[in-house]
Amino acid sequence: MTTNALPDNQDQIHTIHLIVNGNNVSLEIGMAPHQVQPCHTLLQTIRETLGFTGTKEGCDEGACGACTVIMDGEPVLSCMMLTIECDGKSIMTIEGLQNPETGHLDPLQQSFIDHGAFQCGFCTPGIIMASKALIDKKSNVEIKDIKEALSGHYCRCITHYQVVDAVVDATKKVMRANDDK
Amino acid sequence: MTNNYRYIGKQLPRKDAKEIVTGKAAFFDDIKVPGMLIGKALRSPYPHANIQRIDTHNAENLPGVKAVLTYKNIPPWTVGIPPHIPVLDRRLRYVGDAVALVAAETKEIAEAAIECIEVEYELLEAVYDLEEAIKPEAPQLYDFAPQNMMPDALPLGVEGFEDAPLHHIKIGNVEKGFQEADIICQGTCSYDGIPNPLPPEPPGIIVKWEGPEEAIVWSATQSPSWANILYSMFLNFTEIRSIATYCGGSYGSKNMLFNISLHAAALAKATNRPVKIYYTKAEHLNAFVLRPASRIHGKIGMKKDGTLTAIQGDWFMGYGANAPMGFMQLAVGCGEAQLALRCKNWDFKAKCVITNRTPSGIVRGFGGQELKASLLPILSIAMQEADIDPLEFFKKNYVKDGDGYYWRDSKWHVCEGMDYRKAMEKGGEAFGWKKKWKGWLKPTTENGTKRTGVGVSLHGNADVGEDRSEAYVRLMPSGETVVQILVAESGMGQRDSLCKMVAEVLQLPLEKVKMTPPDSLVNPVESGLVGSRGTYACGTAVIAAAQDARKQLLEKAAEKFNTVAENMDTADGIVFQKDKPDQALPWFFITGPFQSFTGFGRFNTDFTKPNFMMIFTEVEVDIETGKIEILKVLAATDAGQIINPLALKGQLRGSLGSAGIDTAIMEETVIDPQNGHIMTSNMIDYKWRTFAELPEFDDVILESQFPTHQFKAIGVGEIATAPTPAAVLMAVSNAVGKQFFEYPLTPDKILSALGKIKGAKSK
Repeated sequence: MTTNALPDNQDQIHTIHLIVNGNNVSLEIGMAPHQVQPCHTLLQTIRETLGFTGTKEGCDEGACGACTVIMDGEPVLSCMMLTIECDGKSIMTIEGLQNPETGHLDPLQQSFIDHGAFQCGFCTPGIIMASKALIDKKSNVEIKDIKEALSGHYCRCITHYQVVDAVVDATKKVMRANDDK
Repeated sequence: MTNNYRYIGKQLPRKDAKEIVTGKAAFFDDIKVPGMLIGKALRSPYPHANIQRIDTHNAENLPGVKAVLTYKNIPPWTVGIPPHIPVLDRRLRYVGDAVALVAAETKEIAEAAIECIEVEYELLEAVYDLEEAIKPEAPQLYDFAPQNMMPDALPLGVEGFEDAPLHHIKIGNVEKGFQEADIICQGTCSYDGIPNPLPPEPPGIIVKWEGPEEAIVWSATQSPSWANILYSMFLNFTEIRSIATYCGGSYGSKNMLFNISLHAAALAKATNRPVKIYYTKAEHLNAFVLRPASRIHGKIGMKKDGTLTAIQGDWFMGYGANAPMGFMQLAVGCGEAQLALRCKNWDFKAKCVITNRTPSGIVRGFGGQELKASLLPILSIAMQEADIDPLEFFKKNYVKDGDGYYWRDSKWHVCEGMDYRKAMEKGGEAFGWKKKWKGWLKPTTENGTKRTGVGVSLHGNADVGEDRSEAYVRLMPSGETVVQILVAESGMGQRDSLCKMVAEVLQLPLEKVKMTPPDSLVNPVESGLVGSRGTYACGTAVIAAAQDARKQLLEKAAEKFNTVAENMDTADGIVFQKDKPDQALPWFFITGPFQSFTGFGRFNTDFTKPNFMMIFTEVEVDIETGKIEILKVLAATDAGQIINPLALKGQLRGSLGSAGIDTAIMEETVIDPQNGHIMTSNMIDYKWRTFAELPEFDDVILESQFPTHQFKAIGVGEIATAPTPAAVLMAVSNAVGKQFFEYPLTPDKILSALGKIKGAKSK
């Protein structure tokens, strides 16, 4: 005998908790328009329920990297995860990269600007998030690490060369800033 | 090159860079129109069929469904030249062709409704190959196109198309040309992998009707004006307001959102609500725009010194079914053939062929890439016989100042171009061509099972000056300037470059120069970012508008200073007397609070200034496995004055994407010949280059001062990509020691050519 996973009345409402860009978010699970359905991907929740449209849907089948966000420090494909599986997770999207107090860009974002490391810009948020996860985890990043970390990201304008330069440059700046501390 | 400009040629970030890197740039799927419904299509599982019975009852009764359309209840609109593509048809002509349309409150309901539609099909025989399609016994796809050949396009009776678009290069007498030749060769080459430009963002459109013939259209496109052209030219809708969002890549393909526009417009009309259609990636791969298939049967006459005496050929371009733009690609391709090949005798005919495949359409290189990829291998046979270095061949034979050619408008134009030989030579030096070129069909190096080889290709394009552009520039009392031109942002940074040109003319801080959004209601008429015309054509219009506005400002200021306009100048929002710089006033004191100075600028079509790109490439072939690796690419051109070096660098490297260089070795749309289904309809099976596989990429860019506009620029554009597949095919042929005539050169074809495996089908 199985029980219905969906709540069928109000007092059984399930709620999940996420930390999105540093803020606590509680989401009800259910079929109403304002609720998160069990079939919703994390990508849908981020874009449509929470309105963080900087995260892009490219292929919706885990093959292009456009929907990449950082979850508990790891880059993940948000189109391949169900939101109900993410209870308690801390998620960072492209909107969370700027310093919330000063409004300053993350050094990585500034480096992408300085190197012209985008053309159409559709894949850029995913590429920046994957790069951010890489350089936050590893202090001495080499070019081959960058290429490997980004090998699942589809950029059709071909900005790869400028992206690699931008990430290398940002890594140096972060290391220098850490040395100064 | 150093210059005295403030912005032109300087390595400065794009004005919209912060929006892009913070995720604030609004792409198509990021906008919402109140009351918007979602449209979806039921798609044909068969390559060729008639709908025998269709029952939409269950779909219509699903809560949330607002309209279900089939061929029985659609508006009577048809598009194409001649008009032959209705909104929906009883006949289905490719796997993925739309059978029925649904508009519903949500995507999920629309998808559920699609599954409720019951259809019975009468299956028909299908044909996929372009030359199979023109055989008398082939199934006929349309009544108006016997043997599946599109009738030659007729004069359209509008400016630029007074004559029929070029589809037959007929110059001199080829028989005489063959008599004069030392070498005569012929061959057939196919560039028919039909790859997908595949921008990361799928295509989408929202249509909202405001009246019986008045609608607003939102789409991600590189040329918002083309929605106006589509609806007004083909469908006689009078008032179309076209608004472009940020466009997540296009590479030509999103210029004309043909079928999707009709579908959204019909659903919006039926429901009296705005309707959004946004393709899934599977629809994008199955039912949007592919590159055309191309095949040339050619015969070349040449003298021993490389002088071409005759070029004869039949060029077939396969467009699948329901494709609207083929004739223009043939026209541009025929024009571009002549730019790289000076020859006194031509008889070269081009034909569009219809097959049971997904429609082909506009893709970067627009006929030229297809032409070059299929023609250069045939020319190579002649060069091999004469033992001529292809670099020398191109230097000798490309069109130079004073030479003439028929362009896409079927008119004769005389080249007023620059000398590109210096760029070719410098490119060759930087690449090490002389050292690496060992002669035809000879590898550069041999090491175990690895062979390296080099190839070179040249492509020219005179569409850099195609069609008209119009712009306004408004000098505001606040010292700000507003640029009005209908230009969208799809990756090339052209909105930014145009702002920099205006800032340079007016000597304003960049942040003081704003551009109106890409909305056809607020901007003057414009052709768009097609044909690589952004730098020259759009640039000319905004520069002329800025100069006009500046002149008005200085004339008014001269009155105030009791002098003549020639003595006045402006910088940083201040006007001043040239010889007495202390005599200065902010614009506000010239305009007053309620006056601006609006300048107007126009660009008129100019097909006389082609630009050229030479691509050098080096490949490594493993003769044991057949695997090909592109080791090095070098792009050599003369861009005129560079406007934005970062954008140019990106555009050149773009040849590795957008169904470009990799169509030579791996990119193709593979169908199952048993059932017409695309087997590469996801992003795992469709092959693309990753970060881990980047070749060395260099460029040599000269900056001759072109006689174009104030900043002497011509730009690059599509020529960055168009020559690349032919260069790679030449390099592989040299590495392997055998001339190839088909694409993509997948390992099976290499091993088959080496006699190591049997069974790889050669055409």
